[in-house]
Amino acid sequence: MKILIVDDFSTMRRIIKNLLRDLGFNNTVEADDGNTALPILKAGGIDFLVTDWNMPGMPGIDLLRAVRADEKLASLPVLLVTAEAKREQIVEAAQAGVNGYVVKPFTAETLKEKIEKIFERVEGGA
Amino acid sequence: MTLPLDDKARAEFLTHAREIVARLEAADDEGFMAALDTLARTRETDLFNELGKLTRSLHETLTGFQLDSRISALAEKDIPDAKERLNYVITMTEQAANRTMDGIEEMLPLAETLGERAEKHATAWKRFRGREMPVDEFRELSRELDGFFEQASMDIQQLRGSLSDVLMAQDYQDLTGQIIRRVITMVQEVEEQLVELIRVAGKRLAPETTEEDAQLKEEDDNRRGVGPAVPGVDKGDVVSSQDEVDDLLSSLGF
Repeated sequence: MKILIVDDFSTMRRIIKNLLRDLGFNNTVEADDGNTALPILKAGGIDFLVTDWNMPGMPGIDLLRAVRADEKLASLPVLLVTAEAKREQIVEAAQAGVNGYVVKPFTAETLKEKIEKIFERVEGGA
Repeated sequence: MTLPLDDKARAEFLTHAREIVARLEAADDEGFMAALDTLARTRETDLFNELGKLTRSLHETLTGFQLDSRISALAEKDIPDAKERLNYVITMTEQAANRTMDGIEEMLPLAETLGERAEKHATAWKRFRGREMPVDEFRELSRELDGFFEQASMDIQQLRGSLSDVLMAQDYQDLTGQIIRRVITMVQEVEEQLVELIRVAGKRLAPETTEEDAQLKEEDDNRRGVGPAVPGVDKGDVVSSQDEVDDLLSSLGF
């Protein structure tokens, strides 16, 4: 299981990376916005995408849309971990095909719960 | 005195000038001097009026200049200064977060090893207390326990060091708080100066943004992301917890 963590703040990437390691996911790669994340995704081998929304360059919502529009990536599970908390934004993300939405600040338990739920669903649906 | 003269002033001066010439031709010396005085007084009055206008205009210019120079100081110095300060806040918080995580990454494996070894020795100790341990194995255990106590004491000292480092890393909150407060004060001053400028200008500087423009701007902001909702600043339809996010998503069939 290889996970791509996308956030413009390296500290947040580090926090997510540490939490994922605690959950037993040791294989992670990082990118600092959508523009740097897309080539990594297109190169293949990523099983799960955790992304922030508000980033310079390409924001997370655009990255999500690019992923869903790409034939090879369309079914990639995507979790948004973001401080964006407007209802219309959450609805927008849901319509764009997000698999989970975690608002910052978040707890380790919340992240764990959402990730497990996503995998349950992905495995159940597959 | 304003030049050229207006018609009224010219007529007035002409009347006085004619009077002077007439008195002079009539050899009316007294009348001539009186007419000359009247002419001089007329000119003086004009000068005073003019001086008054000049003084007023100078005063207004100076007041305006004071405002302008403060605004340009804000634009040239204070705002770049504030940007620097805010960048520094990012740097400080980043350093504090990394320092904290450095400490945690040092401590976690120490705690794990300590726990594992303690558990292993506890099991052996229990066997010894239950008289289930041969003498040779007990000698081995005592040697191991000696080593374990020594190591544990060293590890705990290191844990203490890392913990206090994590504690100290939290000082960023105080420091960045002070910097941010200073920036807030500056922003407040900019606001006041802008309000004053608009008042002095006495008219709208730009056409009012329409509701449609505002709507478009909000949509674009939403797409790009607006960052954490700040209490008291960000109003509107914002969720306040993960539970609300979950409720909203489940209402959408998630």
